[in-house]
Amino acid sequence: MRRVISILLENEAGALSRVAGLFSARGYNIESLTVAPTDDASLSHMTIVTYGSDLVIEQITKQLNKLIDVVRLIDLTDGAYVEREMLLAKIALAKLPLSDLKVLVELFNGCIIDICQSNCTVEITGTGHRLDAFVEACGRTQIIELVRSGVSGISRGA
Amino acid sequence: MKLTGAEIVLACLKDEGVEFLFGYPGGAALHIYDAVYRQKQVRHILVRHEQGATHAADGFARATGKPGVVLVTSGPGVTNTVTGIATAFMDSIPMVVLTAQVATHLIGDDAFQEVDTVGITRPCVKHNFLVKDVNDLAMTIKKAFYIATTGRPGPVVVDIPKDVTAAQAEYLYPKSIEIRSYAPVDKGHTKQISRAVDLLLQAERPIIYTGGGVIQGGAALELAELVRELQYPCTNTLMGLGAFPASDPLFIGMLGMHGTYEANMAMYECDVMLAVGARFDDRVTGDLKLFSPRSRIIHVDVDPSSIGKNVSVEVPIVGEAAPVLREMIALVRQRKDKLVSGVIDAWWNTINAWRGINCLDYDVSDELIKPQYVVQKLFEITKGEAFVASDVGQHQMWAAQYYGFDQPRRWVNSGGLGTMGFGLPAAMGIQLAYPKMPVACITGEASIMMCIQELSTCKQYDLPIKVIALNNRYMGMVRQWQEFFYESRYSHSYMDALPDFVRLAESFGHVGMRIDKPGDVEGALKEAFDSDDRLVFMDFITDQTENVYPMIAAGAGHNEMHLKPSRHGEVHKERELA
Repeated sequence: MRRVISILLENEAGALSRVAGLFSARGYNIESLTVAPTDDASLSHMTIVTYGSDLVIEQITKQLNKLIDVVRLIDLTDGAYVEREMLLAKIALAKLPLSDLKVLVELFNGCIIDICQSNCTVEITGTGHRLDAFVEACGRTQIIELVRSGVSGISRGA
Repeated sequence: MKLTGAEIVLACLKDEGVEFLFGYPGGAALHIYDAVYRQKQVRHILVRHEQGATHAADGFARATGKPGVVLVTSGPGVTNTVTGIATAFMDSIPMVVLTAQVATHLIGDDAFQEVDTVGITRPCVKHNFLVKDVNDLAMTIKKAFYIATTGRPGPVVVDIPKDVTAAQAEYLYPKSIEIRSYAPVDKGHTKQISRAVDLLLQAERPIIYTGGGVIQGGAALELAELVRELQYPCTNTLMGLGAFPASDPLFIGMLGMHGTYEANMAMYECDVMLAVGARFDDRVTGDLKLFSPRSRIIHVDVDPSSIGKNVSVEVPIVGEAAPVLREMIALVRQRKDKLVSGVIDAWWNTINAWRGINCLDYDVSDELIKPQYVVQKLFEITKGEAFVASDVGQHQMWAAQYYGFDQPRRWVNSGGLGTMGFGLPAAMGIQLAYPKMPVACITGEASIMMCIQELSTCKQYDLPIKVIALNNRYMGMVRQWQEFFYESRYSHSYMDALPDFVRLAESFGHVGMRIDKPGDVEGALKEAFDSDDRLVFMDFITDQTENVYPMIAAGAGHNEMHLKPSRHGEVHKERELA
């Protein structure tokens, strides 16, 4: 099952490689991983999207918690949460006319951020699934280049 | 007053109460070695290879319960320690490894003797640090000792660049420390402990299965008290031997791949299992699908990630072994009236019938020295009180099977990583900690060659270790597997061109003995242990064909044990005795 795990970790050199190394050493899957500093300079925030059986997920969270640099870990999928991911795509205009693309981008609450003669670049933000849907709707052959940021997540409520 | 980084390192070790520093100098470590020279409190032991330093520190830690401390230089000094660090990591041994690094401005430049120490050691340490500022040095070393020795212990590496050891800072060693992201548990959950005790008391076929965690957690007395209070059978893992006295009739032997018939059958047939400080390793469980199919499991461990990793558990208890066992003992005493009298007797009858098979019986020979016989004689001559360090292979299993350990921390071996070459340097660490005690290193002619250079260290520090080499001219365990599973194609398991160990020992300044007749075994051991100021290397020429039994093939179940071939007919697959 797909899980979104949110981690607060010490903003130390090597903290990221400890997390990444753990996943590769123990054969766990990483679908995406994002990391950035927080308003507290001594902490980084990381969101990991992973999948596995309940048993594997339990091990992943326990092993992550065991890392000395991990200050707090929440499996967001255990409760209510919001996730967002950003997609940048360079789309060929040959088969998908600009007018059609504009409608599609508006439908996904995105915007066109760059344009040239043969292609334009769009930005879409949404859940991972929603971005998948956009790629589907565009048609893969129209997309020249695709860059996704990976998921960031936060729990809902207080 | 300001101190240099190098002086701060030594001051920290002194304040931490470190007695021995196992190490080997080199370029990046020279400032620290100069500080070693200019002080008296911490005794530096110069090994002959950095791997030896880590194993010696590890042996010291296993025998004493205190952290072992290592100092090496950068580059190859570090890479040579990796095997020793991984060995300690797999067996959860507290260790602090100080590694010198090239100067901070050279890091990343592929400088002479530079390696990415933090990167190379990361997967086999509990934690590691690179100290870039001399002002952080004392605090980092304090953290290293705290992390290494608390919770589930393990090795911690502190990488110190050369310029940091030259720079100066005010020295203040923190008395205590808190790390916001690290809070090891001690006491277990009271409700869970109560549930566990209720489950234990209603058991009809209980077993108590314990591992290295009871020894590392200093909980051997508590374990013995609980086992005796309940009168339940107790089995120990390879790492847990000595946690419960082997001479106690409630002890049913080691379990696992080369465990006793009674221990493995009891694991298979039990209805309630109390596991303490054990991690359900594959060498213990065999095929997980066949593992203890009818039992309800209580698992006590200080590391939550050990619980539920391989086997699903009904009552998980996260906590230190000693306080959890103490709580259990108190509850058992309160609720003892719930024990149904007589129920356990039937279980003991079954176990005693398994015991009757006498699975550790072996053929005695007048002509060839049986390796099991040497270990038995060693046990008798040392009255079971020696410290025994072992290497890895058949001799390790025979040592575990035939030397009955009555006390914790007397049996020192590389159980998790299975590191050949561990025995001799580990014995050095033990002998330094206990200079007056008999220390035996049970080894094989293959294992001993992997750290043979440490015989020189033993000479330098007058360590009267008794090396017991069970020399069968084969990598015995490899040969055994090749015999069983590769139709006796002995691919590269034969030790050709062995040295003359007697002359080799003598050339290092020790005493060498070669024993090739069963009748000479006892006399040689007596003579060796009588000379308490000399290292004696005993080269026992043993039966080449001997195999370790019982054996559960990798991936088989506890009920699928092989006894030695002449006994095969007596044992059937399952349950006929139950």
